[in-house]
Amino acid sequence: MNASVPVFDDVTVAFQRVSKRFAASGESGAFTALNNVDLNVGRGSITGIIGRSGAGKSTLIRLVNGLEKPSSGKVLVDGVDVGALDEAGLRNLRRSVGMIFQHFNLLSSHTVFGNVALPLEIAGMDRRAIEARVRPLLDLVGLADKHARYPAELSGGQKQRIGIARALATEPKLLLSDEATSALDPETTQSILELLKRINAELGLTVLLITHEMEVVKAVTSDVAVIDKGEIVERGHTFDVFTHPKHETTRALLSGLPGSKLPDAVARGLKPAPSAGDRAVVRLTFFGATAERPLVSQLIKSVGAEVNIIAGTIDEIGGKPYGSLVVAYAADAETSGRAERFFTENGLVTEVLGYVA
Amino acid sequence: MSPDLLLLIAKATFDTLRMVAIAGLIGSLIGLPIGIFLATSGKGELFPAPNINRIVGLIVNATRSTPFIILVVAIIPFTRLVTGTSIGTKAAIVPLTIATIPFFARLVEAAIRDIDKGLIEAARAMGATPTQIVFKVLLAEARPALTLALTMTIVSLIGYSAMVGAVGGGGLGDLGIRYGYQRFRPDVMLIVVVVLIVLVQLVQSAGDRLARRFDKRSRKN
Repeated sequence: MNASVPVFDDVTVAFQRVSKRFAASGESGAFTALNNVDLNVGRGSITGIIGRSGAGKSTLIRLVNGLEKPSSGKVLVDGVDVGALDEAGLRNLRRSVGMIFQHFNLLSSHTVFGNVALPLEIAGMDRRAIEARVRPLLDLVGLADKHARYPAELSGGQKQRIGIARALATEPKLLLSDEATSALDPETTQSILELLKRINAELGLTVLLITHEMEVVKAVTSDVAVIDKGEIVERGHTFDVFTHPKHETTRALLSGLPGSKLPDAVARGLKPAPSAGDRAVVRLTFFGATAERPLVSQLIKSVGAEVNIIAGTIDEIGGKPYGSLVVAYAADAETSGRAERFFTENGLVTEVLGYVA
Repeated sequence: MSPDLLLLIAKATFDTLRMVAIAGLIGSLIGLPIGIFLATSGKGELFPAPNINRIVGLIVNATRSTPFIILVVAIIPFTRLVTGTSIGTKAAIVPLTIATIPFFARLVEAAIRDIDKGLIEAARAMGATPTQIVFKVLLAEARPALTLALTMTIVSLIGYSAMVGAVGGGGLGDLGIRYGYQRFRPDVMLIVVVVLIVLVQLVQSAGDRLARRFDKRSRKN
């Protein structure tokens, strides 16, 4: 199987027409957190659910391990209807589903070792077996030398590594990540995401993560669903959703990514129609094979006029190379015609953003 | 200072310590589960029983709002039933214990409610039973706060124990009232006060030190 194009014929989590309504309590009125959600999480995938705060993603992920119950519809984990389980059944399920949290939720009174051992103690494992299980996990997350430290002595990234080791302690097949990197700085976020990727690849663990950061989705997920006001508005392979966003929420979330925004000075001067002597501002999106060709020099040669590069980014989405380049060139008919011919010949996706003087 | 007086003070100190120790032990052993119950039995909590929670809370409040000296007198029949007498050190232990229970229970409740709800959620997500959550998460995390709660309880008990002297309870309070006040012995009064201050200081600093040792929330350890 091609590593960059995962195919999931098998489903770990299935949401089937799931709705969740919260009754009015105290000052907050009744509201619908999720409305008729259908979603499949492929086995072995890293599936991201992205949405703004209040979109319902926290509720969605909590339905998977039964921390919340659906008002209607079904949540199936490996074919088991979570909503139909009793307390004992839920506890069993939860021992096979790991979860990590935005604020880590570690016990301040326990050492690193003690925190990772906790789920095993809860499962009633004996000391020696716990020891044998925890050591390699601490190695895996790179904290073996910190086993006797307390969480307060560690950095945020290290705390989340403990959280991950703890979530893996019971050898789950599914890992739920609840905004696990939202409290971390960008660099630490990347290292935690790398760790998640590695765990996904090495242990074959399915990861379902929720986030409000497109960066996170872009960096690790193979599949993504965009949630807005309790509804899934767009879903698909991450690469496809990023390169051809359909829903306005997706576009809005994507606009926060570096490289997708125009410099302010250009954005301010942008006009919808050209007047004589203006230049056209065009976004070129290239991916797959085109991302690796020397397109810019070819473009300049074929257009035969001055081409300005205004903004650009080369990146990887869902493991595939992706580039976005904003260029400006003379907006006269002749130059534009040559440019368009060049774009068609090379299979580039273009979008005219406007015109500047 | 006469040897007789020294002996009196020594005996009174011992009586006070005995009353505080026994009432503190029994009172906190009963108060602890009540406090845990109060902190975990609200609507949507680990052991939801909101109605019983309300009733227990009401009883706790009622006991807490009764001035201790009134409580001592009011429960004399009960005290007599338990100890066979209503005066002396042994009898004083009963109202002291009764007063300790709700006092400690409220402190325990506050200590447990103070724990981040995220920890409870994490434990649930691990498949912990509510009982496991109480013992492996809540009590473990609340240990520094519980230590301070126990310290505060003992300090209050030392104060209360001096009050039972007023009704013939024995101990330092009794000594202070009979010798220091009724027999005009300011020297005795002074010694009683000093011994009480020393006791409270010792308990407080021991409790603070222990709580600090249990507290792993800062980097200093």
